Amino acid sequence: MSHNLWVVFRRELSSYFATPIAYVFIIIFLFLSGIFTFYLGNFFLRGQSDLLPFFSFHPWLYLFLIPALAMRLWAEERKSSTIELLLTLPITITDAVLGKFLAAWIFTAIALILTFPIWISVNYLGNPDNAVIFAGYLGSFLMAGAFLSIGSCMSAVTKNQVIAFVITVVVCLAFILSGFPMVLDFFSGWLPQVVIETISSFSFLTHFSAISKGVIDLRDILFFFSLMAFWLFATAILIEMKKAD
Amino acid sequence: METKVEIKQLCKQFGLLTAVDNISFQVNKGEVLGFLGPNGAGKSTTMKMITGFLTPTAGTVTIDGYDITKQPLEVKRRIGYLPEGAPAYPDMTTADFLDFIAAIRGLSGTKKRQRIADIVTQVNLNNVLHQPIETLSKGFKRRVGLAQAILHDPEVLILDEPTDGLDPNQKHEVRSLIKNMAQEKVIILSTHILEEVDAVCSRAIIISNGKILADGTPNELEAKSKYHNAVTITLRNSTHNQVEIRQALLDVSNVHKLETIEETAQTMTYQIYPKPNCSIVADISHCAREKQWEVIELHAEKGHLDEVFRTVTTQS
Ligand SMILES: Nc1ncnc2c1ncn2[C@@H]1O[C@H](COP(=O)(O)OP(=O)(O)O)[C@@H](O)[C@H]1O
Ligand SMILES: [Mg+2]
Repeated sequence: MSHNLWVVFRRELSSYFATPIAYVFIIIFLFLSGIFTFYLGNFFLRGQSDLLPFFSFHPWLYLFLIPALAMRLWAEERKSSTIELLLTLPITITDAVLGKFLAAWIFTAIALILTFPIWISVNYLGNPDNAVIFAGYLGSFLMAGAFLSIGSCMSAVTKNQVIAFVITVVVCLAFILSGFPMVLDFFSGWLPQVVIETISSFSFLTHFSAISKGVIDLRDILFFFSLMAFWLFATAILIEMKKAD
Repeated sequence: METKVEIKQLCKQFGLLTAVDNISFQVNKGEVLGFLGPNGAGKSTTMKMITGFLTPTAGTVTIDGYDITKQPLEVKRRIGYLPEGAPAYPDMTTADFLDFIAAIRGLSGTKKRQRIADIVTQVNLNNVLHQPIETLSKGFKRRVGLAQAILHDPEVLILDEPTDGLDPNQKHEVRSLIKNMAQEKVIILSTHILEEVDAVCSRAIIISNGKILADGTPNELEAKSKYHNAVTITLRNSTHNQVEIRQALLDVSNVHKLETIEETAQTMTYQIYPKPNCSIVADISHCAREKQWEVIELHAEKGHLDEVFRTVTTQS
């Protein structure tokens, strides 16, 4: 990690905590995780000691929370004109894009780690397979990164944070739904099997549920990392092209 | 003289609009170059290209031998830049912000702390160190921007409207700061305040519609004024005939034109313009002594920069 990437990362991460954003995000995240897991997920009635209901709601939780976090990444720099300051400092665009992205990603990791009381409860109540739970956390973290990289790119397109938010939600929704049985059934009537498999292979759900069931397949991990690489590369190109607009 | 900044045939096109149109100039160490021009002239756009924020449509920018498009990091290391409006991260405190800039500029440890402390004293930021930048007044915000730009003691300093929106005292402070740094650096600043050019610049470039219209020292630019070397004379109105006096003044050699400013029962004031490139003040003074007029005031004008500016920028 280059020195400048680290400096950008540090500034960015501490800026989350300088405003109420961090606290609001973390509280909402914990609150909704709790509600989803304990009420909607029938945590107690299922009689099983695992965190499957907790993780299965993460894609939907991220669908709204992550775009809200990501929308400010670049849009804010444009709005306050600090983008001109940042990009005339002796740093590369890669340092700037990666530094900002990593800060947001580590921030979601912090929010994720703060759900540990749920993990403690499940260990207190029963005898869960903690390796599977760890895999769930890993999958959730990777998925958050993929959502964030999409948000980073959309935030680079516009100065308007609301627009950035909406487009990110739509794109992320497409990535979730592409693995949904209902959607796939809809296509299966008239599209060849290869195309349908391609569509579903881009689904966050397919890859995430595989990992969160405890099956850590390198291909699923690679999927998320290549997705992040793609969207971050697109972010860098867009920033380079449109930085002064 | 050491050439630090070299701009060659620089152009910037925004769609159909040509914001910067084939600009070339060089700046040497020790020079303070004022970029003068009306709003929308292309001053900021030129500066954004010099600092590597905007990519030129055509032309080159070379700083200390490094080309901005080929070795942007080498160029950016050598430049300190205050963008228009002095942008800074609003939720950071002054101290955190300067610390961030210093870290990016490669300073660390005691050296970093020492340098920040020096700059904070120099720019007078001690009282607002722990205040978020968004709560600072315009003057302080501008000073934070300046501190950020000079933190690494850059060879080339680019300041876009450094005194815009400041009160007269703050303007004076910023100008003294600039003058104190001038010797070891190249400073390029943009302004549309003409007195600023006289106050700090060793050279001025007037641009309008993206083109350079004049380039010279403030004195050279003032020499283009129709008031350059014009003489204003005020006489006590004794028994003399006014018509006779005017004729006598017109008869002095190299006088081109005479304008009556005021003729009252007590005094008479005339402005006398010389023929191009002539000085007439000595001859007029001689004439007044010979005719034994009672002179209350007699002085020669250097020329008016604002008049030159208006003439030059409205001709094109
Ligand atoms: N990003 C941009 N897109 C389109 N036009 C621009 C952009 N930036 C500046 N311009 C136009 O370029 C011209 C020069 O602007 P600028 O360099 O900001 O002038 P100055 O700093 O001398 O007031 C203006 O007409 C301005 O509207
Ligand atoms: Mg400007």
